[in-house]
Amino acid sequence: MQENTTNIETKSKTIDKQNNDVVIEMEHLKKSFGKNHVLRDINLVVNKGENLAVLGQSGTGKSVLIKCIVGLIDIDDGKLLIFGQDISELKNKKLVEIQKKIGFLFQSGALYDSMTVRENLEFPLRKQLNRLSKEELDSLIKESLHDVGLDKAIDKTPSELSGGMRKRLGLARTLILKPEIMLYDEPTTGLDPITSKEISNLILEVQRKYHTTSIIITHDIECTKLTADRIIVIKDGICAAEGTFDELEKSADPWIRSFFE
Amino acid sequence: MEKIILHKSQSENKVTEVVIEESVEVVKDSMFKKFFLEVSSLTTFTLRFFKEAIKPPYEFNELMKQSFLIGYKSLPLIAITGFIIGLVLTIQSRPTLAKFGSESLLPAMVAVSLIREIGPVITALIFAGKVGSGIGAELASMNVTEQIDAMQVSDNNPFKYLVVTRVLAATLMLPILVILADGFGLLGSFVGVNIKGDVSAYLFFSQIFQSLEFNDLIPAIIKTFFFGYAIGLIGSYKGYNSNKGTEGVGEAANSAVVLSSLMVFIIDMIAVQITSLLQG
Repeated sequence: MQENTTNIETKSKTIDKQNNDVVIEMEHLKKSFGKNHVLRDINLVVNKGENLAVLGQSGTGKSVLIKCIVGLIDIDDGKLLIFGQDISELKNKKLVEIQKKIGFLFQSGALYDSMTVRENLEFPLRKQLNRLSKEELDSLIKESLHDVGLDKAIDKTPSELSGGMRKRLGLARTLILKPEIMLYDEPTTGLDPITSKEISNLILEVQRKYHTTSIIITHDIECTKLTADRIIVIKDGICAAEGTFDELEKSADPWIRSFFE
Repeated sequence: MEKIILHKSQSENKVTEVVIEESVEVVKDSMFKKFFLEVSSLTTFTLRFFKEAIKPPYEFNELMKQSFLIGYKSLPLIAITGFIIGLVLTIQSRPTLAKFGSESLLPAMVAVSLIREIGPVITALIFAGKVGSGIGAELASMNVTEQIDAMQVSDNNPFKYLVVTRVLAATLMLPILVILADGFGLLGSFVGVNIKGDVSAYLFFSQIFQSLEFNDLIPAIIKTFFFGYAIGLIGSYKGYNSNKGTEGVGEAANSAVVLSSLMVFIIDMIAVQITSLLQG
């Protein structure tokens, strides 16, 4: 375990640039909103097939971090490499190609209220609709719904679904594009412990079936314990600690330990 | 503020006055800054609209859907309002025309005022209240619930899908609604004329068509395209750029109605000036 109060020496410092296993790499990443310096100096490496959980107090920029990765927010300074390519230097088409490989599960599910479950799943495939036959489209939709256990909800509207089902549908909509990187923004927030555990298991299922690399933003320690291969803790805009669940649970820093109590 | 100054000593008064003057300057500065930022942001939004509207692929299916929702669903409200305006205008105008013995001019007068001015403006204001606020609230709500972000991360262009289609639908649907509102207004006028008289439909509509010229109809219809465009654009702009959570949804709907109603009057004023210049 590596940790200190200013910034930890993450694996990015010793990263082998030729290493194909590195999927996401951040070096001295900074992001501010006016005078609010949310991310001060983030150094991070995420390896292929890894589930990385990000912990931290509310407002410390965890969601900002993954929104930078998916391109919803532009970074101010530093480097952000995805599959070895610096996304701040990429032009439109190449950037879109990279973004296509990233799936994002929003905290609220972000389902399209005016559409049925089927239409929600068809929407990300709109650009490919001409190339897909009806049978192929149906098969993709059914497979995605089956993966998240929502086979019977195909003709329902989002308002008819429970909180857990909405999250599952959000995940199915993301999986239909077969992403290589999955970003989960508080996937278990607002759910009961049983449904939370189901969602956590689903994250593991997705990792196993699709061999995804995942970053999971969460406050849910049970979810973290179940899903995370590695954990980072963000404090004051920097990575304050990094390690496995067992390592951080026994941290010498009482503030870090408090997350696990 | 005056009360505070009265209770202070002279030197304190001066300090207070200076502070008040400085505060007023700061408020003025921030108001001007906010105004110019808003204008700049709206201009950028407008330019982006044209850029995205021209660039393929085109969202025909969504445009059809929005045209149905914006046009067809507004029809009952527009029809009822048009009918009532025609009826009321006729009933209210009759006594004044009767004083001058010109009651026979009632159908022509109502038709000209309805088609030239009252029909387009009232319909546009109702359209702004119903459709402008609806677009503002819907897009703001989609913004709050991250649906717009979700579209973006799934390799779709939310601006093209949500904004361009709604603005185009509003631009195309309002002229049709205005023509229908005018029609229902004339029907209301016919009923109004017959409340205290006995005029046949043939005579009533003959008088109307004799009094109307293309110069009455064409400029009135052309300006409704601009009304529709302004209402759709402002509703979309307010909703798409809303960023204050659920509070922002109400604010977007409200400011969309206020600003688009104001724009309707401004466009109308410009259109009237241009029409009178062209007609000599």
